Amino acid sequence: MISNKVIEIDHLSYDYPDGTPALRDIHLEVYEHESIAILGPNGAGKSTLLYHLNGTLMGEGKVIILGIPVDKKNLKEIRRKVGLVFQSPEDQLFCPTVFDDVAFGPLNMGLDEKSVQHRVEKALEMMGLKGFEGRSAHHLSEGEKKRVALATVLSMDSEILALDEPTDNLDPSGNRMLIERIQSIPQTKVIVTHHLPVAIDLCERAVLLYGGRKMEDLPMRELLKDRALLERFGFDADYAQWMYERNVKFQSSSS
Amino acid sequence: MKHAFLDHHSHTESPVHHLDARAKIIVFFTFILIGVSSPPTAFLLFSLLAMALIGIALLARLPIGHLLKKVLVILPFLFVVTISIPFMKKDAVGGGYNLGLGSLSISQSGLWILWNVVIKSCLGVFSIILLSSTTSFPQLIKGMEKLGSPKIFTMLTSFMYRYSFILIDEMYRMRRARDSRCFGGRWFWQTKVIGHMIGTLFLRSFFRGERVYLAMLSRGYHGTMPETTMERFGLGEILFLFLSPLLLFLRIYLA
Repeated sequence: MISNKVIEIDHLSYDYPDGTPALRDIHLEVYEHESIAILGPNGAGKSTLLYHLNGTLMGEGKVIILGIPVDKKNLKEIRRKVGLVFQSPEDQLFCPTVFDDVAFGPLNMGLDEKSVQHRVEKALEMMGLKGFEGRSAHHLSEGEKKRVALATVLSMDSEILALDEPTDNLDPSGNRMLIERIQSIPQTKVIVTHHLPVAIDLCERAVLLYGGRKMEDLPMRELLKDRALLERFGFDADYAQWMYERNVKFQSSSS
Repeated sequence: MKHAFLDHHSHTESPVHHLDARAKIIVFFTFILIGVSSPPTAFLLFSLLAMALIGIALLARLPIGHLLKKVLVILPFLFVVTISIPFMKKDAVGGGYNLGLGSLSISQSGLWILWNVVIKSCLGVFSIILLSSTTSFPQLIKGMEKLGSPKIFTMLTSFMYRYSFILIDEMYRMRRARDSRCFGGRWFWQTKVIGHMIGTLFLRSFFRGERVYLAMLSRGYHGTMPETTMERFGLGEILFLFLSPLLLFLRIYLA
């Protein structure tokens, strides 16, 4: 079965305002319900690429989301379709209460009170945050903040989720909990991270960036097998091999 | 880090806490207006106001001692008034000090002015503390907005509330980093470092502002903050609001 192409990026290049090149000639296609990891070292252009998905940044080249080209006149529609979660929840959560933050997107979409209420409830429930409506963001733990940040875009019912370092700064249990919650989200996901374990748990496909260029685009299991490639990108090849063997074992025992 | 010093006790469970913020804002502001507009000789009215406020505090299950301690914030201001006003007017002598170096006399009208300032500021500050201890900050902002406070004002206040905590945290972190690198030396050196810190804090806040704005745009912000409705007034609110005309009546007939 051929599924729909939801993201299509062609010849995308972007320079920072000071002239530093950030992205060079990127091609990328993402299909419906896929979950892809954008991996690479610091400064590789991972986040910059992510910001192009909802028009936060606009470079040269083509970015098409669900058949709609990303340009100034389509921004409103594009932002309904792509929910972008920034790396720091402190930037993502700017309202006095959790409810206001989660309701911000749906209210801007012009939904009526009842459906906003319903969407907020649903999004908070999905993130395991029932009863947090009246809390202020500064009273939450880092893990809770991250989950509220995710709920703020889940409530918009976007077809695509773009997550920038979703598990950054979390302790192991917070990390695990967030990963499980993200796994339960059915939408197409583009996840920027430099943590291989997170990418392995969440994504079936990996795109490797280096110096603003796309170096590789391959299924996750292929990446785990490729010791030379992993080492070139500074990932722990032993861990990857162990994960690969574990997954193979798991799959053969479950089939 | 966690802070709660702005609206301490505002999450306690009590009938007063459950009242709509608008009703509380109106009633407590009536308390202040009535208190401030009364002549200093209206002892009966002042004692009735004080008793009513204490009654509300008891009903709200707030620790009276804690509230009184908070009223002490006016002490420095009162101190300034105390050392100047009683000596300002030269009319009937109300009393005097003999400090051994010569005597100082206090005028009677000066004492009246002092009493006027003390009682009115105490009642006013107590009313505000009661309001902020029974209403959470987000509710307070929403209440002000619904009562017609300019949107730009409530928006700025809510952002300030949200980000003041982050700014304070950032400042503490910087101070800790500074102190762990053996900060000290001559005062000139110190002022330079503090200057740099203020500059850095400003730049960080500026860039955070940019990122928050991007996060807002990503969730469909188009220039106006979306409004959420508040619940309707119930019987409790209507009964509580009756305090306002009652106070007005007392003000007219007692003072």
